[in-house]
Amino acid sequence: MSKIISLVCGIIFGIGLTVSQMIDPAKVLGFLNIFGDWDPSLTFVMVGALIISSPFFHLFKNNKKPIFAKSFNYTTNKEINKKLIIGSSLFGVGWGLAGLCPGPAIASLALLNINSAVFVVAMFVGFYLVKLSEPTTQAR
Amino acid sequence: MNIVNFTPVPAFLGGILIGLAVVLFFIFNGRLIGISGIASNFLISKKNRFDNFLFIVGLIIGSIFYKSFTSLEINISISNSFFLLSVAGLLVGVGTRIGGGCTSGHGISGMGRFSLRSIIATITFMIVGILTVLVKSLV
Repeated sequence: MSKIISLVCGIIFGIGLTVSQMIDPAKVLGFLNIFGDWDPSLTFVMVGALIISSPFFHLFKNNKKPIFAKSFNYTTNKEINKKLIIGSSLFGVGWGLAGLCPGPAIASLALLNINSAVFVVAMFVGFYLVKLSEPTTQAR
Repeated sequence: MNIVNFTPVPAFLGGILIGLAVVLFFIFNGRLIGISGIASNFLISKKNRFDNFLFIVGLIIGSIFYKSFTSLEINISISNSFFLLSVAGLLVGVGTRIGGGCTSGHGISGMGRFSLRSIIATITFMIVGILTVLVKSLV
């Protein structure tokens, strides 16, 4: 059953990215262009997602187990360190350069766009390079 | 600052769908959605690999679904420069793994749990993203 949920959640997430137009790098770059012609749409995506997710996280966080898995499995890392800031900054530069983050980049592969594919391949190379450099790190 | 191309209603509705996916994945599978984590774990870890694969496939099917049900064209304007896309993709891949999350993992799943770590990550990548776009507009 967890497999079906994974597929369905991917589909809903993908529809969400498309409905909200966040699949379009121009919308994201418009959001980041706060000192120019600003498109605030991304804030509404975040608000919509948080309004739904946040109450459920707090309702279910004391449950012993999820419905189709043996246990909850997510990071409890609370560390605020150089790695967090450096990593998030590098991500911010890449995000600002192309207007793509991992979700929309992968979803836009559906459009059979060679440019999306170039970005996604480079992103996977990046994942792998980090894995090579720190073999013990648990990815989230 | 001029406000342009603002589409609050589709943005909000799309956000609700994204939030719903995050909630279902959490309640049923006990995991938090972070696309960079799901995608990189699919690449490097055997654990939950098929689940991660199905999620990624779903993500792609989702936009095809939208296209076929609404018969709306999805127009995206993406850079044509393979060099820029490669550099950006590499930075996003490396950065999200070092920083432990992306727009979904930190921005939605982490902030939704009021994780200070995720709030700081989200503020960081947004500020740096804004500065990057600013610098691009100047050069």
